[in-house]
Parts: sequence; structure tokens; C-alpha cells
Amino acid sequence: MSEINKDLINAASRVDIDQWVAKYPADQKQSAVMAALRIVQDQNGGWLTTELMDAVASYLDMDKIHVYEVATFYSMYEHKPVGKHKICVCTNISCMVCGSGEIVDHLEDKLDVKMGGTTEDNRFTLKEVECLGACSGAPMIQIGEHYYENLDAEKIDKILEELK
Amino acid sequence: MANEVCFRTLHLDEPWTLESYLSVGGYQSLKKILTEKIPAEDIIEQVKTSALRGRGGAGFPTGLKWSFMPRQSEGQKYIVCNSDEGEPGTCKDRDILRYNPHQLIEGMAIAGYCIGADTGYNYIRGEFWEPYSRFDNALKEAREAGYLGDKLFGSDFNFDAHSHLGGGAYICGEETALLESIEGKKGQPRFKPPFPAGFGLYGKPTTINNTETLASIPVIVEKGGQWFLEHGKPNNGGTKLFSVSGNVNRPGNYEIDMGTPFSELLEMCGGMKDGYKLKAVIPGGSSSPVIPGDQMMDVTMDYDSIQAAGSMLGSGAVIILNDKVCMVNALARLSHFYQEESCGQCTPCREGTGWLSHIMHRIEHGHGKQEDIDLLDKVAGDIMGRTICALGEAASMPVKGFLKHYRDEFQYHIDHKKCMVGPGSK
Ligand SMILES: Cc1cc2nc3c(=O)[nH]c(=O)nc-3n(C[C@H](O)[C@H](O)[C@H](O)COP(=O)(O)O)c2cc1C
Ligand code: SF4
Ligand code: FES
Repeated sequence: MSEINKDLINAASRVDIDQWVAKYPADQKQSAVMAALRIVQDQNGGWLTTELMDAVASYLDMDKIHVYEVATFYSMYEHKPVGKHKICVCTNISCMVCGSGEIVDHLEDKLDVKMGGTTEDNRFTLKEVECLGACSGAPMIQIGEHYYENLDAEKIDKILEELK
Repeated sequence: MANEVCFRTLHLDEPWTLESYLSVGGYQSLKKILTEKIPAEDIIEQVKTSALRGRGGAGFPTGLKWSFMPRQSEGQKYIVCNSDEGEPGTCKDRDILRYNPHQLIEGMAIAGYCIGADTGYNYIRGEFWEPYSRFDNALKEAREAGYLGDKLFGSDFNFDAHSHLGGGAYICGEETALLESIEGKKGQPRFKPPFPAGFGLYGKPTTINNTETLASIPVIVEKGGQWFLEHGKPNNGGTKLFSVSGNVNRPGNYEIDMGTPFSELLEMCGGMKDGYKLKAVIPGGSSSPVIPGDQMMDVTMDYDSIQAAGSMLGSGAVIILNDKVCMVNALARLSHFYQEESCGQCTPCREGTGWLSHIMHRIEHGHGKQEDIDLLDKVAGDIMGRTICALGEAASMPVKGFLKHYRDEFQYHIDHKKCMVGPGSK
């Protein structure tokens, strides 16, 4: 039932989504779907459930299938639980020739989890990503909204320490 | 001289604020146009004179693109800025958003005036949270100060702009995929024609330009097309932001004159790091064919010179590779990228990028067969010219480039099941 679904989106998220809806022409509400999915994903601790996607569909008067299509097309939406901190490691060309391989090894070692996995305590998820547009700061990673650039093992240790 | 156009606020404290922008003459171009009622045709003429070419990768002349818009016709039109910045190696638009967002806003407003649009959208890649926040703050500042909104500078011209955040997909940098994405759909490129100038965002006439292209406009209007042109050379006007990455001492974004020798750029970057030798350069983002280092030393940084060397200026992303880099490893990584990012609509691209990546993987890991080198070449050739968008070409051109110059390394991998270059690469 759509009414019940919509309630999954909390008040703060609704305010946020409404601000996005207001940017587009009045008859083009679906333009806010990417923002809405991001907002409910954040609300849910970093990943999307079918119920949440349905709630977004209902909130924006869209067909569910269109919301699923968008949610599965873009790489920033997660469909499985992730750790509290999602660590995105760029391994594309500029980062690769500047040592992203060592960054990957160090993170896997230190957190005792492979790329794509989540630590047992659910604190960290490691994700390999494509170029994040910060190539002159290679090697680099993204955690949450932040970019960390010009990294080495020592700096990684410090970053992990601060996230405790 | 450097940092004269998109980076002209860079030397200031907090270069991104309205106050900083105003201190370098910000919003004066827009003001001049609107208060002196300068006809749109005259501005488009200046942009043509400047020889400004699209900085997003394709290098299409900006003035000409604007002249395609049916500006006289009634009805909604849009200006869309492309800040999706996903071409590996490219990181310049991020710094325009972070350090000079107001100049982009002014550029969007002037473009809107020229093409008859009262609304603009800036498509910013989803991972760019900090740049997005800076840009969005700048929009707020501009609205409050009356540089965005209705009846700007007392004229009849209304203009407002908004940002749209992406969700992680390189293909959304392709202009029609980007429009689909703003419309709340999967980012799959559209068949062209119709072109966006006729049928763009929400079916309305739309011009799409790159961040750096639009951010260059206020300075071109202020100083004149001829001034900009003279910073470069004919057909290659202006200054350009080069994102230098890889094995140099001081990687970064350098705004320099078009036509500057590559050797000078390398010097600005402090030369090669840790005493290694320059092996090769990917001069215009991951899609541009690689050029051997010694050949690159004779190239100047402009469209024509790089093209004559067999590659492309593209987005201006200069990736420097030293002699420890294994070219098989490098191409394998790029092929994997294009496979990941193909939107899957066209069979030659969807299947072809998969094949390229698969073959490269097996060569890299010592399972390559003798036929594989020719197969790579054939698969790349079979993709080209048979796809809806240029991602097909983008995936194929690097293959052609690497095979042309470094075939021996591929052969060595197949013959010896290991790498030709020393430790440090796989
Ligand atoms: C696969 C693909 C990715 C692209 N990515 C970008 C991008 O990230 N940023 C950009 O400005 N242009 C990108 N482009 C080029 C755009 O389609 C378009 O040509 C450009 O935004 C037009 O603006 P300009 O004329 O100012 O360069 C891409 C093209 C393709 C085929
Ligand atoms: S060429 Fe590739 S990315 Fe472009 S539309 Fe076709 S399948 Fe999609
Ligand atoms: S290659 Fe890593 S940020 Fe671009």
C-alpha cells in the first residue's frame, strides 16, 4: 500500500527531498529520484531496501520499476548492508601508477577484509571504485563525503584511527 | 602567465566567495551585457573569434554550438553544464567548482542570455560532495546579491540555475545520457539526431557545455575574443586547464596557454618523480591514444599538435607514465573501466568492451594466446563506428594506441607469461 510505504521516509528526509523537487519544473518531479534515493539511503545507514525504493516511487508518483532501474544503474546506491564507513578506493590509471595497489593491500591487511567485503564488526566496507576525478592527488580514497588524497600506508592508519 | 581565466581567483584567500570573485571583476561581464543591451549575436561572434572549443573532450567550437540554438523561437530552453568529470585522469572541473564557482555561474548566465534560456542546470558527479556544496553556496550568494533571479541588472533578462547530483556513472558525462539522468532515468545515451539544440532536456532546445568551457566565458566577454585567441594559436584559442597526474613530482591542475610545449609543462610539474625516466604520456584522458615519451617531448599542448602526434587533447588530462609502468597492466585496467561503464544498449559496445577486458586480463596474467593481439585489434576495430555514443570509440582508441607503440610488451607477456618491465608492476 502506497500510504504505508511513504511513511518509511522520515520527516527530515521529506524536507530534503522536497527541496530537490522544487528545482525542477512542476510536472517533472521524477527528476528528484536520484536525490531521493541518496537521501533515503543515508537515512537507512547507507543502503537501499525494496521497501525504501517503493516508498520513493510512491512519494514521487513514479512506477516502481523506474525507480529500481535508476537504483541499480548508478554505482553509488547500495543494495546490501554496508559498514558504518564505506571506504571507496580508486584503482584507476593515475591512482594505479601512483601506488593504489599498496593502498588496497594495506587496507585489506589492516581491516582483515577483502575488497567488496565488510568487517565483522560492521564498521568498515571496502569498495573498489573507478576514477573519482581527483587524479592529481593520487592515490586517493573517498569515505563518506570526504576525499583523502596523496595517501600512503601511514596516512591510511591515521585516517582509520580518526574514524574510530 | 598562468591562471588568467578559470583560475583567476586562485591566489586569493577563500577564492570561492562572492567577495573574492567581485574583487577580480566578477559579474561585470554579465552586467555590461545587460545594461548596455549588447545583442546576443555580438557575444556569440566574440566567442567564435576566441576559437574557444569545448573543454569536455570533443573540442567542438563553442560559438558555433550556441548559434545552432533556435533562440528566437518562443518557449522554454535550457543551458546545461556538464560537471560529471569522469574521464580517468581528469580533475579540473572539480577545482573550478571548489575555487571559482561564481565564474561558472556567470558563464552559465551569459550562455543563457545568448541562447535564450532562463534556466540552467549544473550536473555534478555524485561523489563531488565538497565541490557541489561550494557551487550550491555560490548559487545562494548570487541569488541574494541579485546576480541570479528576475530582471537582472534592471533588464528584461531572468535567469536562475540549479545543481543536479549524479549517482556514479561515467556514461552520464555523455551529453544525452546526462539529460536522461536529469530527467530521472537511467543514464543511457539517446540516438542523435535529434540533437539537443532541437530536442534536449524535457524535450526542449538545450545547449550542453563543459564546466571549463562555461567558466571561460566571462573573461572572453571582458577581454574580447581576440585576447583569448592570442593566448593560444589559430583554431586552438585560449588558455587551457591541464590536469597532470601520474609519475611527476608536482601533479596538479595547470592553467597555461594553448600551444605551450609539453616539455615546459613537464618542467612546471617538477619533472619525473624519483629519477625514473619518462616512458609514455596519455595526453587527453584515458580515451586518448598513448604517445611515447620521446615523441611527446616534441609536441605542444594544443588540439592540432597532439592530433598530429596521433592522439587527442580530449579533456586535457595528461597522464604521465614512467618506465616502471607495464603497458599491458595499464591497458588491462583501462579496458576493465570501459567494460564496467558501458551502458549496455549497443551490442558492439556491451560485448566488445567485455571481450577487450577479458582478453587483456588473460594476457596480463600469463594466459594469453598468440592470436590474442590480433583479436584485440579486431574487436576494437569492430566496435568503432557501430555504436550510439562515443564510449565505443573511447574504449577502442586506447587499445589501438597501446598496440601501435608497445606491441612488444604484449608479445613478451604472451611468450614469457610475465612482465617485460621490472618489479613494481605485475
Ligand atoms: C562516454 C563519454 C563521457 C563523457 N564525459 C564527459 C564529462 O565527464 N564531462 C564533459 O564535459 N564532457 C564529457 N563528454 C562529452 C560530452 O558528451 C559533451 O561533448 C560535452 O559536455 C560538451 O561540452 P563542450 O562542448 O563544452 O565540451 C563525454 C562524452 C562521452 C562519449
Ligand atoms: S556505445 Fe556503449 S555506452 Fe554508448 S550507448 Fe552504446 S552501449 Fe551505451
Ligand atoms: S584515477 Fe584515481 S582519482 Fe582519477
